[in-house]
Amino acid sequence: MNQETYSQIFINACLVNNFVLAYFLGICPFLGVSGKIDTSSKMGAAVTFVMLIASICAYGIHSLLIAINAPFLQLISYIVVIASTVQLVEMFVKKMSPTLFKALGIFLPLITTNCAILGLALFQTNKGYDFFQSIVYALGAGAGFTLALILIAGLREQLEFAEVPKVIKGTVLTLIVAGILSLAFMGFSGLGSS
Amino acid sequence: MSNQEIDKGSINTAPTSTDEFIKGLWKENPVFVQVLGMCPVLAVSNTAVNALAMGMATAFVLLMSNVLVSLLRNFIPKEVRIASYILIIATFVTITDYAIQAISVDLHKSLGAFISLIVVNCLILSRAEAFASKNTVSKSVMDALGMGLGFIIALFSLGAVREILGNGAFFGISLFPDGFQEWVIMILPAGGFFTLAAWLLVFNLIKQRRALS
Repeated sequence: MNQETYSQIFINACLVNNFVLAYFLGICPFLGVSGKIDTSSKMGAAVTFVMLIASICAYGIHSLLIAINAPFLQLISYIVVIASTVQLVEMFVKKMSPTLFKALGIFLPLITTNCAILGLALFQTNKGYDFFQSIVYALGAGAGFTLALILIAGLREQLEFAEVPKVIKGTVLTLIVAGILSLAFMGFSGLGSS
Repeated sequence: MSNQEIDKGSINTAPTSTDEFIKGLWKENPVFVQVLGMCPVLAVSNTAVNALAMGMATAFVLLMSNVLVSLLRNFIPKEVRIASYILIIATFVTITDYAIQAISVDLHKSLGAFISLIVVNCLILSRAEAFASKNTVSKSVMDALGMGLGFIIALFSLGAVREILGNGAFFGISLFPDGFQEWVIMILPAGGFFTLAAWLLVFNLIKQRRALS
C-alpha cells in the first residue's frame, strides 16, 4: 500500500515526473499532433479520458488477476481493455464532432498504442496505489500530458515564422524545443516529494 | 554513374530478400527516417548496455510477431486484425519480460516498465500491418531482421553518445582522465531529446548533400 497523499500524487504525475518530458511516454502524438494549440488541447482531453477509464479498469483487472493467481495475463488484459476504450472514444468523437474527428485523424486510433496509457496502468500497479489514488494519478498524468502538448504546440506555432536553416526544420526543431522544455520541467523536481 | 544505374535496375525488378533486409538499415531506418518507436529510444538509451538490451528485446519481439502474423495472414479476418496483432505482440512481450527477469534481475530493474511497453512500440505494429500481413514468411523474416538491426543500431548510437558524454564511460569502463567534467545533462531526459535531435540533424545533412551532388 502506498502512503502518498492525493495532492502529492497529482503534482508528481503532472509536473515532476511529467509523462512526456521525464518518462518519454506518448512521444508519437507529441511530435505528430502538436502543430496547433486547438488540436493538441482536444487530443489531450481525449487521452486524459482514456487514461481515466484505463486506470479504473486496470485497478479492477489487477485485483481479479491476483485473486485467480494469473499475473502473467496482466499485460495482455490491459492492452485489450485500452484498445476497446479507444474504440469507444473514437465512435463518440465521430458522432459528436466530425471536424475534430478529421483533425485528429490517424492519431485517434493510435491512442491505443500510446505508451502513456499502458505506462500509466503499469506504473499504478507497480506503485500499489489504491482505487482513489489510481484515479488521482490518472488525472494528474492526463493533465501533465495535455500541458506538455499545449506548451509545445504554442512554441511550434510561433516557430513557424522563424527563419531556421532548412535541415533543422521539422522533427529536429521540435526535439530541440522539447529538450529545452524538459530542462525547464526539471525545475519542478523536489516539489511533490514528501 | 555506374552505381546509379545499378540502383535503378534494382527498383525495376521485384525486391529480393536482401533488399528487404538492407532497407531497414538505411533507407527506411525505423528511428532516423521513419521516426517510429521513439519512447523506448529516448527513455532507455542512457547507457550503452541498456540501449543494446532494449534493442535486442525489441528486435526479438519484432521477429517473432512478424513470423506469426505472416503465417496467420490468411486466417485472420480483416475486421479484427489490429486486435489480433496486438494480442500476438503482447504474448511475445510477456515471454521476453519473463526471460529477461530470469537472465538478469539487475537489467530487468534498470529497464523497468519499458520492457512491457514494447507492446505499444509503433514500429512493431506498423511492420505487422504494413509488411508481414501481406508478404511470405521468409520475406517477413528478412524485413524483421533488417528493421530490428536498424533499430538496435539507432538505439546503440544514442546510448553510446549519452553514456560517453554523460558518464565519461563506455560499457561501464571509464574513458577519460580524472579531470573530465561529465555532462550530467546527457543522462537526464533532456539529453535524450538533444542527442536524438543531433543524430537526425546528421542524417538530414547527409541526405541534403546527396541530393545536391
